[in-house]
Amino acid sequence: MPSAFKKALDSGKFVVTCEAAPSKGTNLENMKHHIALLKDKVDAMNVTDHQSSVMRYPSLGGALLVKEMGGEPILQMTCRDRNRLALQADLLFAASRGINNVLCLTGDSVMLGDHKDAKAVFDLDSSQLVAAIRRLESGKDMAGNELDGGVRFCAGAIVTPEANPIEPQLIKFEKKIEAGAEFIQTQAVYDLDNFKKFMEYARQFPVKVLAGVILLTSAPMARFMNKNVAGVTVPQDLIDEMASAPKGGALNKGIEIAGRMIRRIKEENMCDGVHIMAIGKEEKVIDIMAAAGL
Amino acid sequence: MIRSITQQKSIEEIERLTDGMGRIFIIGCGTCVTLTRTGGAPEVAAMQQQLTEKGKVVTGTTVVPVACDNLTMDMLKEFQNPLKQADGLLIMTCAFGVQTIARQISKMVIPALDTLFVGKETGAGEFNEVCLQCGTCIIGETGGICPVTTCHKGLVNGPCGGTNNGKCEIDSNKDCAWTLIYNRLKDLGRLDAMRKYQKPRNHLGEPTPGKFKIPASA
Repeated sequence: MPSAFKKALDSGKFVVTCEAAPSKGTNLENMKHHIALLKDKVDAMNVTDHQSSVMRYPSLGGALLVKEMGGEPILQMTCRDRNRLALQADLLFAASRGINNVLCLTGDSVMLGDHKDAKAVFDLDSSQLVAAIRRLESGKDMAGNELDGGVRFCAGAIVTPEANPIEPQLIKFEKKIEAGAEFIQTQAVYDLDNFKKFMEYARQFPVKVLAGVILLTSAPMARFMNKNVAGVTVPQDLIDEMASAPKGGALNKGIEIAGRMIRRIKEENMCDGVHIMAIGKEEKVIDIMAAAGL
Repeated sequence: MIRSITQQKSIEEIERLTDGMGRIFIIGCGTCVTLTRTGGAPEVAAMQQQLTEKGKVVTGTTVVPVACDNLTMDMLKEFQNPLKQADGLLIMTCAFGVQTIARQISKMVIPALDTLFVGKETGAGEFNEVCLQCGTCIIGETGGICPVTTCHKGLVNGPCGGTNNGKCEIDSNKDCAWTLIYNRLKDLGRLDAMRKYQKPRNHLGEPTPGKFKIPASA
């Protein structure tokens, strides 16, 4: 049976996903609070996998929590920390517990995280992980051995529409779709005219695209992303707009900007939905959606 | 020419590794480490001075022509006495040299260098790793640029999302392998090669530790 998220994607409605960020440690109260707050407001919640290579509570545990609390999880899986045995095993576990949506990512370098001396794995890459999921669905593992009990996933991947140069990214994007990606959640986009151009190209492929929206919390945060986050470019006029906010009002300005962008994406029917990343401010997703008229 | 690229360990680590050894013999090498200025004659002399200042007795020093060559043992024969007097050998060569010497002299060997990679000199004083010796070469499909070596993550199907302006997410001075490959294949009119899905790699093309014997002729 298709997952609830897959049904939402296929329904033609404007799909909204957001993130639940696992905690550093076993105190899950904050995460539970965000899940309870958002699970009925969005179509699915991504659970990040050691985001930025910082060791945390596992995405699998977080996705299970979303499921147990009645939400619809999207399990994020990076290729950074597990080889093909561990990735397949985790997929079997996910399937056995009703976690049926997976976002396949390469994963940041361990050098960017908090365990800089760790051995990076990258046994598979993101397109190979998508292919591995399709392989498991065929009833066999990657080594060709029969599975006792099958799996069914809605598998997705990411793309960076503002990457420079863009062409190598697009070739990888097409490989992910050929490998079997059904949905794409994009890296944050701020230049919507550029995103429209990307979508004119992406529309030719049989894949649902959710535009990534990262909540701006201050002008310095926007400048920090421009300097440090690959493929994210906050245009100067948005930085100026953030800087023009009255003292203490930057977050509200960021919510207003995110809401405005989502509204435009929806009104101009640019893509199939949005993926809202309110990093560290997950409770604000509700305000962003309200500002977007959702 | 391929070179073994090395970097000198900190003097603190060398002190720790030589703790309890009052008498030290120092061996450098005239090949790769001379080129990288990590274990040639000037570096050996500087190390001798440093160790002497730390209160060690340096029983002798030499710079052998090619430490990883089996002839190294013959070169060391003339130093029998100072070698015998030493509590340990501080070896300022790459790990190939250290292991060549360790196999034949019954003394504790202390590497003074860390061996970083096998690479080549790509500019004055600049060295780059070009082959990881993975045993499953795919550069026939990538325009001769190795993504297994040149991409920080060893990705074989194109760039990750961390690439920015043609550079790598771990260092804005490092080229993104997949930007290089894309540009090369584009120039060659062979972008179709980049579009080809590469299956998961065989990570055991040659299981570690590598071992090879020339097959007996039939």
